[in-house]
Amino acid sequence: MKRREFIQQTAAASALVGLGGIGLQSFSGTTKKITILHTNDVHSHIDPFGPEDGRNPNKGGVARRAGLIASIRKENPNTLLLDAGDIFQGTPYFNYYGGELEFKLMSMLKYDAATIGNHDFDNGIEGLYAQLPHAKFDFISSNYDFSNTVMDTHVKPYKTFMVDGIKIGVFGLGIELEGLVDKNMYKETKYLNPVEIAQEMSRILKENEKCDLVICLSHLGYNYRDQPEKPDDLKLGKATKDIDLIIGGHTHTFLDKPTVVKNSEGKNMLVNQVGCYGINLGKIDFYFDMDKNKSASGVSIIV
Amino acid sequence: MNIKTLFACFTLLVLASCKTPVSYNKIEGKQIAITDTLPTDQSIEAFIKPYREHVNSNLDSVICYATDTYSKSDGYLNTAIGNFIADALYQRSNPIFKKRSDHDIDFVLLNHGGIRAIISKGDITTRTAFEVMPFENAIVVTKLKGEQVKELLDYLVEAKRAHPISKLNIVLDADGALKDATINGKPIDYNKSYYVLTNDYLLNGGDRMDFFKKRDTVYVLDYKIRNALIDYFQETDTISPVKDNRFIQLK
Repeated sequence: MKRREFIQQTAAASALVGLGGIGLQSFSGTTKKITILHTNDVHSHIDPFGPEDGRNPNKGGVARRAGLIASIRKENPNTLLLDAGDIFQGTPYFNYYGGELEFKLMSMLKYDAATIGNHDFDNGIEGLYAQLPHAKFDFISSNYDFSNTVMDTHVKPYKTFMVDGIKIGVFGLGIELEGLVDKNMYKETKYLNPVEIAQEMSRILKENEKCDLVICLSHLGYNYRDQPEKPDDLKLGKATKDIDLIIGGHTHTFLDKPTVVKNSEGKNMLVNQVGCYGINLGKIDFYFDMDKNKSASGVSIIV
Repeated sequence: MNIKTLFACFTLLVLASCKTPVSYNKIEGKQIAITDTLPTDQSIEAFIKPYREHVNSNLDSVICYATDTYSKSDGYLNTAIGNFIADALYQRSNPIFKKRSDHDIDFVLLNHGGIRAIISKGDITTRTAFEVMPFENAIVVTKLKGEQVKELLDYLVEAKRAHPISKLNIVLDADGALKDATINGKPIDYNKSYYVLTNDYLLNGGDRMDFFKKRDTVYVLDYKIRNALIDYFQETDTISPVKDNRFIQLK
């Protein structure tokens, strides 16, 4: 929580700098850098894979991820750390502690927000609710209507962060639960059309909240090529505008690099996903040139 | 222009400047692998340690003993390990099912692919159950009409794979066609319905066992397969399952 206060204070300070800057007609020659770090489908993988593991020997591990994140934050304090769901299930830690350790560690790593994956219902919606006191970060889901469940009021449809004077809006999308998760587990959670919700959320964040950066945390899956009706991150990127980055999950997709997608206005945006089990950390840096802003001379994307 | 107007203009300017979104002109994206070359955060490591030690000591406590090593590849149409799992699940589940429904489970059908590890000769621990059954699949009992039981048999005859079964006996002739089948030692009555124990993966269409899609009632026992195995191991001193005649092909 302390860090969040720090960011807000920093934001207030930048606003003051902005005030002073008005008299000079322009901002001084600065570039602001916002770093977005992300994970997905960590699935209770707290310890690294052992040297004998057939697929991922010596990879992953929360304690190593913690060290890496700390060093990135040291280099750039203007960093957000996000997770795209399926925090739960996959190692005995979950069976023994029900997600307590996962949430406590994510809080120690200072995650800012996470969305909810289908496996996060594996101990039922009550099982997820029971672990909430251990999470010092927010859960964001825009297309799950929890109003008739215990999770009501504990999940935000979106959240904005002021980081170094840059306003960042984050919303979250979850996959259709019917047929994937037992109804007894998700109870009265209602799934709403993710594409429609994404259009609404990005409009709210861009037009009403005036966000400079809009991020979607998605647990829809990267791409269902053979199922044109099934929403996925690539389709979502194409069908919407004003989303700058979709951080994906669910399909455990390992990408060589983030995918550049043309949105409904022909503007480039990014879709990324970093596999699973905490093997990788995604890092996306956005550079704001405060001098020649509004020039709209295009964005260079280096991936 | 008086001072008031000037102030108003200034306020407007400030407000406008606050609401003007800024845009980025460069994005750099990459992925960083978490490998053993990265330093371990010692405070995080120390925090995890007691949890790890508790989980490991519990997982490694001995709860049963195996007189031999059992693998799902040791057998053609039935295997000792598959027979063991199917019989153990029946034994653990039937009293629960009977109490709730007033019926007995007629037979068991699981999937060969669901056995994820061997049971090694010697001590059996809770970890063994996690290795054999790493998934969270749950035990379900469903009522199948005779017609679907026929489809189920056709499926097994066609697959010729050691899908674990219990209380169901199948004999194939030398050509691989169905010769005889019984449930609980009695001939199958295709006008009757039967209560079948399976897992939620198969019930929901896994392994293309489509006959489960035409099921009648489903009873969810709130009992995970792994937990049933752990409970069975705990109440049993030694296991020594065998390959038997429950699913065979005549020569």
